[in-house]
Amino acid sequence: MVNEGPYQHQSADSALNFARAVLAQGHEIFRIFFYHDGVNNGTRLSVPPADDRQIQKEWSDLSKEHDLDLVICIAAAQRRGLMDENESKRQGLDADNIIDGFRISGLGQLIEGSIESDRTVVFGD
Amino acid sequence: MMATKKFMFVNRKAPYGTSYALESLEVVLISAAFDQEVSLAFLDDGVYQITKGQDTTGIAQKNFSKAYKALGDYDINKLYVEEESLSERGLNKDDLMDLVWEDEDEDWAEKPSIIMVNREQLSDVMAEQEVTLSF
Repeated sequence: MVNEGPYQHQSADSALNFARAVLAQGHEIFRIFFYHDGVNNGTRLSVPPADDRQIQKEWSDLSKEHDLDLVICIAAAQRRGLMDENESKRQGLDADNIIDGFRISGLGQLIEGSIESDRTVVFGD
Repeated sequence: MMATKKFMFVNRKAPYGTSYALESLEVVLISAAFDQEVSLAFLDDGVYQITKGQDTTGIAQKNFSKAYKALGDYDINKLYVEEESLSERGLNKDDLMDLVWEDEDEDWAEKPSIIMVNREQLSDVMAEQEVTLSF
């Protein structure tokens, strides 16, 4: 679970590095759930300075490379303005902003992931 | 049929300055639908989440403290409160809401949900958990 926003807080970087490390050691990641401001890890409209890391794109690339299930909490996302195409249409909004590799779903996905996995690791404040 | 695991939700932040408490409560309520062994811990400023007499008039936020009273109805009846966190803030058990659950096996007798523990006891309870989600 990732609970903090990128650039604002170290937890996004730590989670990304941790995910890479466990995959390199041959572990399986059942799911990564983004909650609180952590949902901002899934926007495709982030434009960091050229000499900085690109956290959202790195998540997206990692997801494609390892077929990861990256889930953004719908309740947290709605409050913070993170929308996929379907949700944006449903809400009658004029834009969506989810980057490839992420999907939006409910909190049950966090509980289910914790039940199905040997370990649940929280990255937050 | 999914496995049953011991889940603990660790609440460390005050109820209104940030969104952690409210969004933690949202996960707790969802977890009730999964038939897991759920407990909550309140420590540090998290103890303020279950204090009596919360009043959000003037901060344009919903007073969600009443939702903790409903937890007993969802079979969530182990709320561990760390004594040191209370006393460090000049609080005691009487400052907390009266949170209860009804025991089906004893003719629905009302029993307290709050379990007072010291720091060492809480660490033992945490060590028994299979999933610890910290907010």
